[in-house]
Parts: sequence; structure tokens; C-alpha cells
Amino acid sequence: MASSLVKAADETPAVEHAARIDHVSKAFGTAAGRQLVLDDITLDVAPGEFVTLLGASGCGKSTLLGLVAGLDEPSAGTISTGGRPALMFQEHALFPWLTAGKNIELALRLRGVPRPERRGEAERLLELVRLGGAYGKRVHELSGGMRQRVALARALAQDSRLLLMDEPFAALDAITRDVLHDELTRIWRETDVSILFVTHNVREAVRLAQRVVLLSSRPGRVAREWQVDIPQPRRIEDPGVAALSLEITEQLRGEIRRHGRH
Amino acid sequence: MAGTDTTRPAAAGTGAAEAPGDLAGLEAGLDALESAGPARVPLRRTLIDKVLPPVTAVVLVLVVWELLVLAHVAPGYKLPSPGAVWGEVTDAWEQGTLLGYIWTSVERGLLGFLLALVIGTPLGLVVARVRPVRAAIGPILSGLQSLPSVAWVPPAVIWLGLNDRMMYAVILLGAVPSIANGLVSGVDQVPPLYLRAGRTLGATGLRGTWHVVMPAALPGYLAGLKQGWAFSWRSLMAAEIIASSPDLGIGLGQLLENGRTNSSMSMVFLAIFLILIVGIAVDLLFFSPLERWVLRSRGLVTKS
Repeated sequence: MASSLVKAADETPAVEHAARIDHVSKAFGTAAGRQLVLDDITLDVAPGEFVTLLGASGCGKSTLLGLVAGLDEPSAGTISTGGRPALMFQEHALFPWLTAGKNIELALRLRGVPRPERRGEAERLLELVRLGGAYGKRVHELSGGMRQRVALARALAQDSRLLLMDEPFAALDAITRDVLHDELTRIWRETDVSILFVTHNVREAVRLAQRVVLLSSRPGRVAREWQVDIPQPRRIEDPGVAALSLEITEQLRGEIRRHGRH
Repeated sequence: MAGTDTTRPAAAGTGAAEAPGDLAGLEAGLDALESAGPARVPLRRTLIDKVLPPVTAVVLVLVVWELLVLAHVAPGYKLPSPGAVWGEVTDAWEQGTLLGYIWTSVERGLLGFLLALVIGTPLGLVVARVRPVRAAIGPILSGLQSLPSVAWVPPAVIWLGLNDRMMYAVILLGAVPSIANGLVSGVDQVPPLYLRAGRTLGATGLRGTWHVVMPAALPGYLAGLKQGWAFSWRSLMAAEIIASSPDLGIGLGQLLENGRTNSSMSMVFLAIFLILIVGIAVDLLFFSPLERWVLRSRGLVTKS
């Protein structure tokens, strides 16, 4: 992990992208039984861009996100990001021994924010995710949606230019997920953060992104990209979202069908 | 999906824009719906649920005991009556020696336990985190846990003599493996997600250990401490009973041994009860509340 951070630091600050994934492959296993999970992925995320990475299970989208986050090393190719990206998981991954506010303060502390500024900054971030009163709340006292919002605030506390999200709303009920889509769109527009968002939910991908990237499965390759020009804030029920979702779903099903043939 | 064009509220047609206030209100409503606080249990209920059962059990044991004495199942020098043991308590209290007995042992036990804590914690952390160290001494450490620490008394007496140092050596050999092992299993049970989350936040190396691994391992560590205390106390009593010497002062173990040599069964009973009571008291007043607080603050137990 350390080496990928060094790699990121080598990059000149005046990069034209928030993340550059350059001919990246990843294989797991020993030399005898190597399994190629990601094959020659090339993908850029522009500063301030919102990209969703879409694919069926086993397409390696979470693996790719882990590589960008620096949690693992690619087998081939390079990944550069302007600093350590923030990462949000499907599970909130908040630390249960800290309150909501202290979880955020820990991120600030590890980033090097001096002690006197931490409390105010944590409260500002909680306000940003509309949880102003939750500073002293324990994690288990919060609902699933509130936990994910605190996790979002903690990720934003890292002050990264790039926010990676690994199916962060997959475990939430539909009503809460819908609200959090609106919330995430609002926050993305209010901040200048770039987002790379992994999901297997086509409508979610179209609802959120400026650009949808479809990965094929086993090995994961970039199958196709779509630019989404529907103005934000969108709704998941918008006819435009539905139409594009239908088109993407067809392509996704085609990709999945290929695997049944051999 | 054949029936997509049947009549349905035209939700899609309502357009995208929603006033920001609406979203905030919607969210506040969801939050309120989904996070209802648990009700507090009234004090009277706690007393009935938690205090009454053990008190009843103790009273029952005393009654059965008194009945056995009244029925003369054993001669008085073998089975003293509860009253005779109580007499022993009041005698010792009036002579001002009762607290002395207790304090001599408790002081040794606590000091030995704290020493074991200081040694066992870094040891456990190193065993848990450094692979070669774990492979080398991990099995020995868990093996030592099953070795009764009484076995250490004879060598300790020979090496260190009949003094307090020997007592502490026996306590350490009993308690350090428990504390270290507790921490090791605590660290092993840390969910990998926390470690990954910690790493993405930049908590690596020692900072990761301090901010993520240690707090995450706290429940297992506390269980180890609790067991470590039990082992400290047991080892100490074994050492005190076996190795008595006038220089050592009279602790609870010596009190028991004195009772035996003076053929005073009521004194033996007194010593056994005091040993038991101290053990329970430390657990009840210190470890249990600490453990409950840690688990509850993490939402791992609800009030029961």
C-alpha cells in the first residue's frame, strides 16, 4: 500500500484528472492457477466528475476500487490519484467505540488537522450531511441511512479530491436509498469532489452519474461508456433515466449471456 | 414487464426539482422514524431481576447449612455452624485483624495483577501482530494457561526464597498468559473491515494499532483481564497456603492454613468465605461494570 501512495505523490499536482487508471490488470492466485479478474482497464475520472462503474457480480468492480484506494497492488499497469482517495464501503465501517462526531474527528486527526479545529470541522461536516445533532450519538443509536451519512461525512473529512464509493447504499431500504441519492447529488454539487461510484444497480448508476462505465465480467473489461446528459437533480423515476437504464440493462444482459455459452 | 403502460400515478412526470427544504424535512422524518431510543428500566425492576435471585440463593444455602448442623450430620469440629463462623468474623473484627488479613492478600493480588497487566499487554500485542513471534511463542503462551500456577510455587520458593518476590513471581506466571492470550484473541476478532477503513483513513503502523486495533480489540482484552485477575487471585492463595512464614504476614491463605493447624474449622471456613468474597467483589465492583459499559457503548448488548 505504501508504494502506491508514493506513486500518487510522484504525480505532478497539475494533473488533468482526479484518477487515471492506465492499462490496469489484476490477477489472483498462484502461477499454477492464475485467475485474471481485471483485464487492461483504462479509465480517467476528471476533476469534479461523477462516474459510476457498473457491472454484474464477479466483474471485479470492487477489486478495481480497492486498487484505486491503494488497498492492493495492480498486477500490471499504473493508477495515479492526486493523494490518498477517500473510500466508502457498503457497510458503514464506522468505529463503534467512537461517537459519530469522534469518528469524523479521527479522520481529521489522521489527516493532520490541529486539535482546536477538529470539533468545529466535524460539526460542519455533520451539518453538511444534515445530521447537526448527531455529534454525540453512538453508531448503534443511528439508523442505517444516518450511519451511511456519517460515513460520508467521515470520508469527506479526509479532504480528498477523489471519493470512492463501493455500493454504499446497497444495504438500505428503497425509501432511504432514494433520499440518499438526492443527498449525495447535492453534496457532490456543493463540493468539488470527484466520485467514482461502484454499483450493480443500473438505475442507481444512471440516476447519479455524469458518465456510466459498464464492465464485462470474468475478466473485467470496459465494455461501454454512456454520457448521461439528463440535468440534475434527477429522479430515479424520470423517463430519461428509465430509457437509458433500459438500454444499459440490455447491454448488461448481453454481457451476462455471453458467459452461459461456454 | 408487459404491464408497464397500465394506469399508474405519473410520478416520473412530476419533474426533477424538489425544494431543498422538502428533502431536509423528508430526511428528518426518516431519521426520527428509524431511531427510537430504548426505554429505561425502573430501579425496582432491576432490584427484583438482578439482586433478589442471588440473595435468595445465599439465604437458601445458609438455611440448608444450619439444618445440616442441627441434624448433626457431622461433628462440630468438622462442620461448624454458621453462627460459629460469624463469631469468628466478629472476633477478628473486634481484635482489629480482619481488615489486615484481607488487605495483606488484596494488596499483593492487585499489585501482582497490575504488574501482570504491564507485562502481558505489550507481550500480547507483539504475539498478535508479529507473525514469527506468534509462531514461536503463541502455542507456549496458550499452553501455559492450562498449567496450574500452584506448580510454580516449589521452584519459586527455591529460587527466590520465602518472601513477597516469590508470591509475585507465582502471580505473574499465572496471570500474564491469560492477559496476553485475551489480547491476542481480541485482536484476532477485529473485523477486517475496521482495518481496511483505518488504512483508507491513514491509520497504518503504530497509529493503526493505537487508533483502530487496540480499541477494536478491547472487549477480548477485557475478558482476558478478568480471567487474569481470577488467575492472579488463585495463584496467590495457592502460594500463601503452601508457603507460610512469619515474615510474610498473615494473608487469607495463611489464615486458612493457620485454621487447619489449630484445628479450627470455623477459621478455615472464614478464610474460604473471605477469599470467595474478595474474588466476587473485585469482579462485581470493577470488571463487570467495565465490561458492561464497553459492550453497551458499542451496542453489543442491550439492557437485559
